[in-house]
Amino acid sequence: MATLELHDLRKSFGATAVLHGVDLALNDGEMLVIVGASGCGKSTLLRLIAGLEIPTSGQIILDGRDVAQLDPAERDIAMVFQNYALYPHMSVFDNMAYALKIRGLSRDDIARRVRETADILGLGPLLDRKPRQLSGGQRQRVAMGRAIVREPKLFLFDEPLSNLDAKLRVSMRAEIKRLQRRMGVTSLYVTHDQVEAMTLGDRLLVMHQGVPVQLATPMEVFERPATTYVAGFIGAPAMNLLPAVLCQDGTAADLGRGLIIPFADGKRDGADGRKLTIGIRPEHIAPDPAGMAMQIDLVEPLGSETVLIGRLDDGELLSVKVPGRAPADALIHVSFPAAALHVFDAETGLRLG
Amino acid sequence: MSPRTDWVAHLVLCGGVALFLLPLWLLMVGATQDGSAIARGELSFLPDLRNLGIFWEVLTDKGPGGATIWHMLLVSGAMALAIAFGKIVISLLSAYAVTFFRFPLRMVCFWTIFITLMLPVEVRIVPTYAVMANFGLINSFTGLAVPLIASATATLLFRQVFLVVPDEMVEAARMDGAGPLRFLRDILIPLSAANMAALFVIVFVYGWNQYLWPLLVATDPKLDTIVIGIVKMIGGDTVTDWNRVMAAAVLALLPPVLVVLLMQRWFVKGLTEGDK
Ligand SMILES: Nc1ncnc2c1ncn2[C@@H]1O[C@H](COP(=O)(O)OP(=O)(O)OP(=O)(O)O)[C@@H](O)[C@H]1O
Ligand SMILES: [Mg+2]
Repeated sequence: MATLELHDLRKSFGATAVLHGVDLALNDGEMLVIVGASGCGKSTLLRLIAGLEIPTSGQIILDGRDVAQLDPAERDIAMVFQNYALYPHMSVFDNMAYALKIRGLSRDDIARRVRETADILGLGPLLDRKPRQLSGGQRQRVAMGRAIVREPKLFLFDEPLSNLDAKLRVSMRAEIKRLQRRMGVTSLYVTHDQVEAMTLGDRLLVMHQGVPVQLATPMEVFERPATTYVAGFIGAPAMNLLPAVLCQDGTAADLGRGLIIPFADGKRDGADGRKLTIGIRPEHIAPDPAGMAMQIDLVEPLGSETVLIGRLDDGELLSVKVPGRAPADALIHVSFPAAALHVFDAETGLRLG
Repeated sequence: MSPRTDWVAHLVLCGGVALFLLPLWLLMVGATQDGSAIARGELSFLPDLRNLGIFWEVLTDKGPGGATIWHMLLVSGAMALAIAFGKIVISLLSAYAVTFFRFPLRMVCFWTIFITLMLPVEVRIVPTYAVMANFGLINSFTGLAVPLIASATATLLFRQVFLVVPDEMVEAARMDGAGPLRFLRDILIPLSAANMAALFVIVFVYGWNQYLWPLLVATDPKLDTIVIGIVKMIGGDTVTDWNRVMAAAVLALLPPVLVVLLMQRWFVKGLTEGDK
């Protein structure tokens, strides 16, 4: 159990800067999920914290001590790797015991701790097997066990579930959450998966090109995305982003084609004519016989809901999520409820209000 | 596959087996026969079972140099073992260094090792002899074995094995607190055990069969290897006892064959229970 603080952490590989100054503070026992597009530096961030890379500059403060220059082994951090990284020639028991052996614990202590951990994870009957005699899910569990048994100050997970099939992923996700709560170990969890990002973390950090763009609870990130990037990244299908301008003394947005929507939550700063980006989630777009006409190009049935992708009469792309089946007609009429609008500045992409 | 092609394949294989076994059979048969009969070219295809004692006799007899065949077998064995172990240890360490560590001139080191592939002992025999002479290692066991230890092939083999060790595993070990030596001992050596076994077999046989270098560097009969001993038995001036030569050759065959057979079981085990 520990707190983690990052101060202006930077990393460059030669001339390529990968992380451009990350500041972050994790509370004791908190689970923070990091999401971001491929190549935005999530793994690099984790590896810096783990000690597998040395930061170009900045501080990593674990439990009040700057560990940025320490060896991985001295940091008391455990990491679960995407490809498990189990030692193929060692039994499950030895895999889990290895770190403890190196630390010079007594045989009895090692056996006791490995057994306890194995029981928590349901690995008891598998302790004598080699990794290649295990299924993917079991290997994942061993990788977790190897991290847990060390009782580290901090857990790092780098896309630990991405090699599992969809169903197993759901159950392992629940299990990781349960375990993390139970053990109360401060954790960082990197993922590509929207659902993991939303469900797993106490807080969510969205990264974009080496910079953290929003740090908040998952619901807050979803409901009030800080930038157009976050808005487009979180939520599936992605939020619709439409160009607009400020009008009526900053109390409404003019989306062209005569569509003027007043803001439900008050006035925005700036002169009329300020360029805006208006965001609206596909599930918030309502069918409305008096609304805009939309020609449907593509129907994606998801079972309980259907995603309709189409064009407005001026060619603007729009996706709409409706409950149940797709409408029989290829032409539907929709409107944007004022309360569901997200307003961003068109130039900076930052949220307004 | 049709039964017909099966037949053909078997026939070819049997032919191959016969081709390989025939000389060995003749060697064993010849050892039990009368030396002068062989010299006249009257080699029977059936062994003379009354003369099986010849093997024991040859083993304990003094050879032309004054050392017994028994002693020569020991020298050969010690030399082959020293070469095999030396080569494995040195190659393991050098491959470990060039694969896992960043140090100045790393690639230069690697290519230097690589280039020695073009310089086997036979090519550099004169300079090597000069170096050994300067060190005063002529007619010593060290001089016999050490120059044959250095080689790039085994380094390249181990490097190849190490290159496929996933980075994540190396990192996992680092996070578990394994230092470089521990990582080598606990992870890399067990992972490359099968390769080591294979290498051991190959290098042992290579060392056992050395002729040119031992001939040159060791004139002391105490350091005669079995290969040298056999050649000395085929005397120029005296009458050659071909049956004794053949018996000695059979004895010289046994240790490498034994090594191959024993290690093969281990080797196959390592491969089929493969950890990779
Ligand atoms: N050792 C390295 N040398 C040079 N560049 C590197 C190195 N490691 C990472 N990079 C670069 O840093 C950037 C970030 O990589 P990183 O692995 O952190 O991305 P990521 O966010 O984890 O992506 P993904 O989601 O695909 O795993 C990439 O552009 C990558 O090419
Ligand atoms: Mg990554």
